[in-house]
Amino acid sequence: MPKDAAPPPLIRVENVSKSFGTFQAVKNVSLTIDKGEIFALLGGSGCGKTTLLRMLAGFEETTGGKIFIDGQDMTGVPPWERPVHMMFQSYALFPHMTVEKNVGYGLKHEPMTAAQRQDRVREMLDLVQLTPFATRKPHQISGGQRQRVALARALARQPKLLLLDEPLAALDKKLREHTQFELMSIQERTGVTFIVVTHDQEEAMTLADRIAVMDRGEVKQIGPPGDVYEFPNSRFVAGFIGSITALEAVVEAIDGVRTRLAVPALGGPVQARSVAGLSVGQTVTVAIRPEKLAISRAPQTGDNVFEGEVKDLAYFGKDSLYRITMPSGALISVHAVNARRSAEGERVVDWYDKVWLSFDPTSAIILTA
Amino acid sequence: MASESRLYRWFNRRGWSDIVLAAPYVWLLVFFLIPFLIVVGMSVATRTPTAPPFGYGGENPLLNFEGYHRLFTDDLYIRAFVTSLVNAAVAMVLCLAIGYPMALGLTKVDTGWRNILLMLVILPFWTSFLLRVYAWMGLMGKNSWFNNLLTGGWNWLVPQDWAVTSIPMMYSNFAVVLVMVYTYLPFMILPLYANLERLDPTLDEAAMDLGTKPFGVFWDVTLPQSIPGIIAGGMLVFIPAAGELVIPTLVGDASSPMIGRVISDEFSQARDWPMASAVAVVLLVLMVGPTMLYSHYQARAVGADDPK
Repeated sequence: MPKDAAPPPLIRVENVSKSFGTFQAVKNVSLTIDKGEIFALLGGSGCGKTTLLRMLAGFEETTGGKIFIDGQDMTGVPPWERPVHMMFQSYALFPHMTVEKNVGYGLKHEPMTAAQRQDRVREMLDLVQLTPFATRKPHQISGGQRQRVALARALARQPKLLLLDEPLAALDKKLREHTQFELMSIQERTGVTFIVVTHDQEEAMTLADRIAVMDRGEVKQIGPPGDVYEFPNSRFVAGFIGSITALEAVVEAIDGVRTRLAVPALGGPVQARSVAGLSVGQTVTVAIRPEKLAISRAPQTGDNVFEGEVKDLAYFGKDSLYRITMPSGALISVHAVNARRSAEGERVVDWYDKVWLSFDPTSAIILTA
Repeated sequence: MASESRLYRWFNRRGWSDIVLAAPYVWLLVFFLIPFLIVVGMSVATRTPTAPPFGYGGENPLLNFEGYHRLFTDDLYIRAFVTSLVNAAVAMVLCLAIGYPMALGLTKVDTGWRNILLMLVILPFWTSFLLRVYAWMGLMGKNSWFNNLLTGGWNWLVPQDWAVTSIPMMYSNFAVVLVMVYTYLPFMILPLYANLERLDPTLDEAAMDLGTKPFGVFWDVTLPQSIPGIIAGGMLVFIPAAGELVIPTLVGDASSPMIGRVISDEFSQARDWPMASAVAVVLLVLMVGPTMLYSHYQARAVGADDPK
């Protein structure tokens, strides 16, 4: 093997499908995950993300394709023989065992002495800061503590891969933010590869090195959070992650890096960054994220400047969301930071103001799928 | 909500809540405690040839403990107690051995089948209990097809010297235990099912995920969590089986009677009410422990104080 060759991926999912009767839960999914990565499977309910996770854990057999973990074909390998542990959404702690027993449960299958086992349990409890709760039963600790017990239990056997099913869904908002960072730091310290299943895009964006966006059993896009957010490859991905205004457009002219589009909803041409494979006259979607638009009461001129009227305004404190009616009747969302302090009634931009919207050509996303 | 709380306030102000809460206690007082005290009173009376056939004082001591004395000295009574407890314990263990897999199986089948199977468990109750015991008597009798079948099987399996013309099943402790297992099996299955059905199947998956094979999962996860159900079902079989009267009377061995039959015989044939009462009181005291165990675990089996 050449010295500078990249190490083979830890997980290889090759054309995996899963049907339940006539329902296809997962359709021909292929992806690779490297060692030490935090990988998120993101999608709405019923998109197949949990089924894919269960196939990785071995609770479901694939109906097509193969899964390789560390080069080993997992077909027919039962869950108890896979180097994979799972943190269940409900945590699935054993109610009749103490925290300590729960954490040490997987270790009874390891060739270890009792003392080694106890050391490992102690080390794990230390990692999740639960040492004082070792002898409690799961119902005697809080939800956040239970989540940490579940994590410690899943990590105790040093799996090659840890599967986390909606790890933060059962926690309240404050605890969730804190736990997110804790998960990341634990992952960094242990070096275990994480696959996180979530329906929460913020959770996926903050936790993951890469995200796979799934819809109806298919993987729509795989990439780092920034790529998936800023360069969505389809209307679905653009709409699923963050909010976006999508408008119908027709390609008028292609001039190198710039493409001019006719956008009837905006009442004028839009200059956007070209994408490969466009042809003049093609109908596409032009999409723009609310925070990429500038809003101003002073008249503006130039490319990508459009006039409209404030129809709705939602004030969040640090920022505001505006809904602008265009002369065509289309509604455009604009998200702007409230950089200046202003009293109620003295806002820079207020209800029914005439405003000018502008954006950089690089901010407009041309979507063909 | 407002109207609801008004209703509650009216309910409480008029003392209705106290009445509702008191009802079970009144019930217990009238139908358990008072009759029990009467039986205790009878147990220390003296047998007389009058009607009712007992009295206090006269030429005998006011409180006569002869019944209790006989109970602990005459080995007829001690043997009857031992027979009862052993038969009940054997029936309980057999019910558990048969009922546990059935209850566990019920939780594994899909809902449509589950309801049909649950109905089949309860179905025998729709026929008279007595009729079912008579049916067993017919089956166990010397010339029944059932006995012939078993006899044939036995003769085919064992060497010729051991061959029999029929298997003597009737009028034995074997028959008593067999019919008690048949009769009380649903009382084991139902609480166990209620317990097992509530267990979270993801716990099984978690155990498998952590390297445990399915049989180990049963041992580590299912069994420990079903202990309340096992105890509740066990006591629900053991308590009535220990005091069973009809089954040992109809199919049992008259020479080694169970305690229920002793009480019945003392009352109706020997007309020794004080003796019968003494036996009944001792039986009840023996059953207090199991009953308390049952009520404690019954609540846990159905999750009244679910730790979640």
